[in-house]
Amino acid sequence: MQYALLIYTPEPTEEPSQEDLADQMAAYDAFTAHLRERGSMLAGEALDSTATATTVRVVDGRTITTDGPFAETKETLGGFYLVEAADLDEAIAFAAMIPAVKHGCIEVRPVWDYASVGAGRPATAAAQH
Amino acid sequence: MTGSDTAHEIVDRLFREEQGRAVATLIRVTGDFDLAEEAVQDAFIRALETWPERGVPDNPGAWITTTARNRAIDRLRRRRRSIDKIEALGRETAAEQELAATDPAPAEDAMPIADDRLRLIFTCCHPALAMEARVALTLRTLGGLTTPEIARAFLVPEPTLAQRLVRAKRKIRDAGIPYRVPPAELLPERLDGVLHVLYLVFNEGYAASSGDELIRRELCAEAIRLARTVVSLLPDEPEALGLLALMLLHDARRDARVGPNGELVLLDDQDRSRWDATRIAEGTALIEAALAARRPGPYQVQAAIAALHDEAVIPNSTDWAQIATLYGTLQQMTPSPVVELNLAAAVAMADGPAVGLAMMDGIVASGELDAYPYLHAARADLLRRLERWSEAATAYQRALELTTNGPERAFLERRLAEVRRPATRPS
Repeated sequence: MQYALLIYTPEPTEEPSQEDLADQMAAYDAFTAHLRERGSMLAGEALDSTATATTVRVVDGRTITTDGPFAETKETLGGFYLVEAADLDEAIAFAAMIPAVKHGCIEVRPVWDYASVGAGRPATAAAQH
Repeated sequence: MTGSDTAHEIVDRLFREEQGRAVATLIRVTGDFDLAEEAVQDAFIRALETWPERGVPDNPGAWITTTARNRAIDRLRRRRRSIDKIEALGRETAAEQELAATDPAPAEDAMPIADDRLRLIFTCCHPALAMEARVALTLRTLGGLTTPEIARAFLVPEPTLAQRLVRAKRKIRDAGIPYRVPPAELLPERLDGVLHVLYLVFNEGYAASSGDELIRRELCAEAIRLARTVVSLLPDEPEALGLLALMLLHDARRDARVGPNGELVLLDDQDRSRWDATRIAEGTALIEAALAARRPGPYQVQAAIAALHDEAVIPNSTDWAQIATLYGTLQQMTPSPVVELNLAAAVAMADGPAVGLAMMDGIVASGELDAYPYLHAARADLLRRLERWSEAATAYQRALELTTNGPERAFLERRLAEVRRPATRPS
């Protein structure tokens, strides 16, 4: 199954030092390498701060844009991984390895399976057989 | 007794004992909770229809699972006819072949079936499900309680509970919650989760505060049954043994703790000859076996405390010093103000009310249990025993402000009247 691991962290109030940044990058590189080794890495990106976000809606045919994220929250979406995992337990194990998990949290969301439309989803247990 | 009565009774008993087993096996094979439940239900209906006439088969449990398997195949075939998606057809056919290929109930080989139930417990108690969903799902799929029964036990509207079950099953399927006994590195954590669910089910059944007595009895019986299953499948887990012991040692007092009008009878006032000696013996043996493994945990400690109470033939022979030591251990393992209160009450019994009162005053000062009636009631009792009448009256009043339960209020009011007129109190 495919899972999106959505990384939510409190946004830093000040610029991290070069050293901290390098440490963080190294930690993420190690995690990404682990995913690749297992053949589980499908995609992953870090997002720029919510200060750069623009929220778009179309109301009565008019495109309306507002400055900032769609909701002001203490923790914001800062990046994501898209992984292949056998089941939720493996996806949770991956999520627990993401460096940001120590000061933020990871939302694990299964990717919706288009093939299942109208026919009921494949059940996990059956899929394992 | 007519033949049909006997068959009905057998089906009834079998339903409690076997339905979880059959559902677990069919879930493994089909991967579909609803299909499994429906098919097993069909099989029991079929048993009620045919057994009174044709007689009960030699191995009724195997009959149920085999019949349920056939019903599942029927249902899959019917469903396939109404589905036009090619991929879906491939999938359903795979499940159907799997079903047809497995003999789900070989009588001589019970172990894989037992494993199915263990798998199902871990799936139903997966930490990715909300706690209330875990409890409801465990009772529904493994315990065979009906949705209305569970709704009544937990005082929630039936549609709410039904919705809870639907959501939980959907999440198991769509989020890919695995159907397996967790690997060794996850087992301790996940087993804790399973035991906690069973503990909650038992407590709900044991609490005197709410719900209908019959359903509550059934909850306790179910928690014990499921704990037995876990213990039989994981016999080397001392906390599982400890939890089963804890349940049995409390359940042993069930009949004695309710008075003729349904009121709660305190431990000191219970007729101890009405305690269930068989349960006490079994619980005591279990806790001794668990403690011998030298991997103590909170359930084992609580069971050991319950065993000490059960061993005392009269209240005065209770080993309070030992109980106080155990509460101290429990407080280190799972620190909480409620455990501290129990510790203080045990110390008061072992070393005198003044020592216990000093500890309770510390809890009062922390303010953490200010809204907990038992803190004020326990403190009032110590003040009463120390003959500090006006302080005792104040504490009883505070406890009364926080108590809604009728019999408990009556008890507190009686005590309050006594301490207000100490000259007339019974000696």
